[in-house]
Amino acid sequence: MEKRIYVDNAATTKTDSRVLEAMLPYFAEVYGNPSSIYAEGRAAKAAVETARAQVATAIGAEAGEIYFTGSGSEADNWAIRSAAKALKDKGNHIITTAVEHHAVLHTCQSLEKEGFEVTYLPVDAFGRVSVDAVKNAIKDTTILITVMFANNEIGTIMPIAEIGALAKEKGILFHTDAVQAIGMVPINVKEMHIDMLSLTGHKFHGPKGSGALYVRKGVKLTSFITGGAQEKNRRAGTENVAGIVGLGKAIELATEDIPKKAAYLTKLRDTYIQKMLDTVPYAQLNGHPEERLPGNANISFSFIEGEGLLLFLDMKGISASSGSACTSGSLDPSHVLLAIGRKHEEAHGSLRVSFDTENTLEDVDTIVTAVAEIVERLRSMSPLYETFLKEQK
Amino acid sequence: MYSEKVMDHFSNPRNVGEIEDANAVGEVGNPQCGDIMKIYMKINEETNIIEDVKFKTFGCGAAIATSSMATELVKGKSVDEAMQMTNKAVVEALDGLPPVKLHCSVLAEEAVQSAIFNYYENRGMTPPEGLKCSGCCGSCHHHHHEEEE
Repeated sequence: MEKRIYVDNAATTKTDSRVLEAMLPYFAEVYGNPSSIYAEGRAAKAAVETARAQVATAIGAEAGEIYFTGSGSEADNWAIRSAAKALKDKGNHIITTAVEHHAVLHTCQSLEKEGFEVTYLPVDAFGRVSVDAVKNAIKDTTILITVMFANNEIGTIMPIAEIGALAKEKGILFHTDAVQAIGMVPINVKEMHIDMLSLTGHKFHGPKGSGALYVRKGVKLTSFITGGAQEKNRRAGTENVAGIVGLGKAIELATEDIPKKAAYLTKLRDTYIQKMLDTVPYAQLNGHPEERLPGNANISFSFIEGEGLLLFLDMKGISASSGSACTSGSLDPSHVLLAIGRKHEEAHGSLRVSFDTENTLEDVDTIVTAVAEIVERLRSMSPLYETFLKEQK
Repeated sequence: MYSEKVMDHFSNPRNVGEIEDANAVGEVGNPQCGDIMKIYMKINEETNIIEDVKFKTFGCGAAIATSSMATELVKGKSVDEAMQMTNKAVVEALDGLPPVKLHCSVLAEEAVQSAIFNYYENRGMTPPEGLKCSGCCGSCHHHHHEEEE
């Protein structure tokens, strides 16, 4: 393949060669079922437990608090549904935000149909929910607060430790979807008073199809899939041993030196944002300027639609993402961009790039040049731009 | 996900631009939905032949490609012939569109009809029966005459 610039690491990442190497023996050599009593089974079981310890260490948890899943979305579904089911006699109110991933939003919407009451808190212009807003939303019937650690589209980091402290003080269960934050921001579930946390391996150079849910010891977790004794009877099904091994190795590598990685990515990100805003007129940054994931930059370009931008970038060998409706298969643009106050047409014209340590400052220049050229071209055929220019005169 | 023809018309769109002395202009869609098509026509008032046609589109790859193809299909045709151009004809000429993008072809058909509507209006004449759109379409989820494949 031609040399391409991949800047969609918030969508998924390349599996690290060391992760792949760690996984390979668990296909054809150590292929036993972890539930089997003989040598092959014991070896597989040991590998699963090593990975469980690796995941636990990475977030400051204990191995017994980690449950493997097939994805981050599954972990979100499980956490929220389990809390709702286990605590329904205590109350029926759930607090979340308007900018959560659909795995959380759609699960909450589905629970509303089952009689639960959900508060979707608004966010500020940078995409942050305020701790006071969470506090004011709490009622006697509140059984769960679920707030994402960092936003997948605009990268804004939420005040998780503060919300955790509040939830603890009020005795309310607190879940966070940390899918985008793992390996980017230091996380300690004990210090941050997080009761449940969702993560997935493929966002930090692990394999797709590997996820985990942390559940604090003492929190009741209901069964999600029935039929076997795996994951302490909570999630039946033979373990994805190689995937779990990969997840364990990947999270160990991703969290070994977060400050160094974050510093490099922040430099790429800030250089990109600065150059883009200097080069392209009528562009604005989405999300918080500082409280954001180190590799995430999301910029809206007025008068154009994002899909065309992505297609032209692809032709130039650049892979990125957009909050445009046309790339999502629906007619509505990103709920996150609308929640931070962007107009529909601005939301349609957004571009998200998410850097990885393999990207360079040279890539940044290439992307800025390409985007500037494409935006100009799309604007030249946009009736919105034509109208805008006429009004300027 | 797009056919080669769609990619061709998206990356090298035909008839992009404005016509200064257009005697028929149609605009459909709205920015909320993420697509707006504006079509300019220069129609010979004696022969009713569309002598020139240009477009400007705010929208996705399919919106740009359907605009481009629609202008190609009506260029040099009579107003009566252009009125008969369906969204299906645009889709077929582009070797198909993904199902979620079919509404773009409907928009292209409506943009052409809207321009023709304007042509009659400009001349103080009653637009012929059967013209589907006069620059309507307030809602993103409301697309009339959409033909499923």
